[in-house]
Amino acid sequence: MNAPHGAVGQSVRRLEGRAKVTGRAPYVHTLRLPGMLHAKVFRSTVAHARIRSVNTAAARALPGVHRVLIGEDIRAVMPDPHYGPAFHDQPVLALDKVRYFGEPVALVLAEDPHVAEEAAALIVADYEELTPVYDEVEAMDSKAVVHEVLRPAGTFPDLKHLQGKRDTNIALDYSLRRGDPDAAFAAADHVFEHRFRTQQVLHLPLEPFVSAAVPGEGTLTIHTASQSPSFVRIEIARLLGWPENRVRVQVPYLGGGFGAKLYIKVEAMVAAAALIVGRPVKVSLTMEEQFFTLTKHAATLRIRSAVTREGRVTARECEVWWNGGAYADIGPRITQKSGFTAPGPYDIEHVRIDSYALYTNLPPAGALRGFGIPQLVWAYESHTDMIARELGIDPVEMRRRNVLREGRPQATGTLMRDAAIEQVLERTAQRMNWSAPFDRGSGSVRRGRGIAIGFKASVSPTTSVAIVNIYADGSCALYCSTVDMGQGSDTAMAQIVAEVLGIDIERITVVHPDTDVTPYDMATLGSRSTFHMGNAVRAAAEEARGKLIALAQEVGVSVETAPIGEIFRRKYGMQAGNVVGSGSFVPAYTPTDHHTGQSDNVTPFWMIGATGVEVEVDTETGQVTVARLVNVGDAGRAINPAIVETQLSGAAIMQLGFTMTEKMQFRDGQCVNPSLADYRIPGILDIPAVIDNELVDATQSSGPFGAKGVGESGTFGVSPAIASAIEDAVGVRLTSLPITAEAVLRALRERQGRPLQAE
Amino acid sequence: MSTMKTLHFTLNGEAVIAQAPPHWNLVELLQNRFSLFGARESCGQGLCGCCTVLVDGQAVSGCLSLAARVDGADVRTIEAVEPTDDGLDDVQRAFIESGAFQCGFCTPGFVLMTRQLLDEHPQPSDDEIRHYLSGNLCRCAAYPEIVAAVRLAARGRAAQDR
Repeated sequence: MNAPHGAVGQSVRRLEGRAKVTGRAPYVHTLRLPGMLHAKVFRSTVAHARIRSVNTAAARALPGVHRVLIGEDIRAVMPDPHYGPAFHDQPVLALDKVRYFGEPVALVLAEDPHVAEEAAALIVADYEELTPVYDEVEAMDSKAVVHEVLRPAGTFPDLKHLQGKRDTNIALDYSLRRGDPDAAFAAADHVFEHRFRTQQVLHLPLEPFVSAAVPGEGTLTIHTASQSPSFVRIEIARLLGWPENRVRVQVPYLGGGFGAKLYIKVEAMVAAAALIVGRPVKVSLTMEEQFFTLTKHAATLRIRSAVTREGRVTARECEVWWNGGAYADIGPRITQKSGFTAPGPYDIEHVRIDSYALYTNLPPAGALRGFGIPQLVWAYESHTDMIARELGIDPVEMRRRNVLREGRPQATGTLMRDAAIEQVLERTAQRMNWSAPFDRGSGSVRRGRGIAIGFKASVSPTTSVAIVNIYADGSCALYCSTVDMGQGSDTAMAQIVAEVLGIDIERITVVHPDTDVTPYDMATLGSRSTFHMGNAVRAAAEEARGKLIALAQEVGVSVETAPIGEIFRRKYGMQAGNVVGSGSFVPAYTPTDHHTGQSDNVTPFWMIGATGVEVEVDTETGQVTVARLVNVGDAGRAINPAIVETQLSGAAIMQLGFTMTEKMQFRDGQCVNPSLADYRIPGILDIPAVIDNELVDATQSSGPFGAKGVGESGTFGVSPAIASAIEDAVGVRLTSLPITAEAVLRALRERQGRPLQAE
Repeated sequence: MSTMKTLHFTLNGEAVIAQAPPHWNLVELLQNRFSLFGARESCGQGLCGCCTVLVDGQAVSGCLSLAARVDGADVRTIEAVEPTDDGLDDVQRAFIESGAFQCGFCTPGFVLMTRQLLDEHPQPSDDEIRHYLSGNLCRCAAYPEIVAAVRLAARGRAAQDR
């Protein structure tokens, strides 16, 4: 059998290319439904308050307004209208309290979206303001309490002990203990301690959040730009008290997701509104409203290391405070699942980690490309370089002396397998010509370089299910609930089917998520799909192939020589029938011990990513130009190398924005730069002149055809590599993100003993 | 609510008439009256390029253009069918070939701007490409692939002209 077009390992073009370049690809954005009402959200203008009243009379009186809903109205269809993946803490519309500036308080429904918008502006809410808390470290023991009582969702065993807890903002306190850190610190040649901060940023997909709900006879269909259709169905069914089969969730293409479009965002409000008024309801948030919906955790990180004279790290202590905002979303999972990698990809015998998820009165924070890892890498890789500099050791050499090698235990005790950390580090150094002389610039433009490496554990345990349906002419369909939000999953999954069935990719259709049709998938997040769904798709295709072989035997032909259509014709006498295979995948997993954080199998696979940069720093202005960006990753054996490369560089450029320019600015809890005019994301002029991407030669033995996920790996090292390169160039060390020209100039002037005035 | 205005204009080569309230922008007109969804409102400030539409041969931000202003104009959108065998032009083919998109939401804007760039500068330098496309944003950051696609499309056009 010759390899079909599109088999695994080929860089075939994306299946949906034509639809996207012609502007015809379907998004929820394009959906129009007969009788549809548009919803506009009235939002809180204070960060923390008790609601005295919400006056909707003027809004209701505006001609063209169909209905105005407030929090209590939702109870007509959702008796307890609180949702969330980790805690049932977020109301569909605010009830007794508002907990952040921009929180949805009321919803206006009208046939004309402009009328709904005008009416929303006529609503008046009266608040009794409460003391807010914004800082994650202050939130640890602040008198201001965001939630009176904690309500874990019950899904995650490690949150159960928080049930009913009062007067705390701590939504999870995760700890890990390994070895005897105190003894190691006492015996250390050197002890280093540093503190780092990252800022609040957001995903900003160019297609903002959008959902529509259509009521039926005892059923509800939700069309939504979601990365997690199966979760949306289960959670909406739970809120309604319905069985899953009465809620249908359909997802076409997404105009970007990056972790924003997970769990429930605007789905619950359209679902409730549609059922209350008995008509289809759609809500399309504006770009501004994205700033009031979901963000990336700001974090404070303290890291302390015991180090020998030779630069071996013998003990490390990490404390991380995650600013989760007003609702937990998936923050507690970030706190734990990423928290246990806080010491970095290093072989350290004695480790202590304390990682805290905190509620504050800021917009909620959740998953964003890297799931907390870029914040942690920012700290541990900056720290590593600062130690290397103090000890006079080359930064690459410092890492070589400590790197976590194959078969060695990670901080959780899990032994590293198929994690090409050393290889990724060495290839990055080689691509940077690290040992060659380097041009350091002259005059007011100084040059420097930096390198950083990070790793991530895939979230576990999670389930994926797939169905492969072979049609009687030999073409076929793949049913899976993985959402193609731009990462190219449709193409990669079809390649796996092509490989197993030996048919060209052009004859394979990927059916988009529709919970009435496509089977369960945990969600499209955390770079999990290639591995988890890929394994499920492979199993489904193999089962279908097995059945096809049996059918061929039954009708007396060989599957190797007879065209598939011939097998069906012999069986059914005409072009008729199907061969259906299904497959599911859930990896083995050992939960971490509640007291020690230890587990012998904490993840099904590790993602590795490293970054090398060369920068030019203008000492007169503080302007930093990234002249060269090297991205190296371990994706196992890539299903589609060209698409993997775009994932690596796309992730790195996104992180470049989080490093250099992006920051949500707050005043009294209000985000004051909620627009693309005032919040600058990378444009084409910001990309480095030279970008090199490389996948190391590696295999994930448990992955489909040796593959594993790579959507986040490019983000890991960017921020610390840049900070190190700046120090290399001009001798100042930035420990807080973003690294704006102003921040660099302030640091330079400070060092020269002529500081700039405070802001 | 408001008085409708009757607009006569040319849309993708065809004479059309449409009723639109005076406050609609061009994106709303195209979506609500003609079911053309290739121009998309994203930032609402004319900064991202997702809503790019050609009016009398010039690229405009559809989100900032009042619908009423296209009365009498020649309007072209990404959906304008190209006179080629496969219905794609060199730029679209180059975007597919170079993998110059991920989620695809910004892609129509980039394609239209690239066409205009190549009309004005058939052999653009990298610097010209970057500056010409600096008004279009791609959050997936397929920028390196977009620059490669523009170069490929320029070569494709040059080959045809020979």
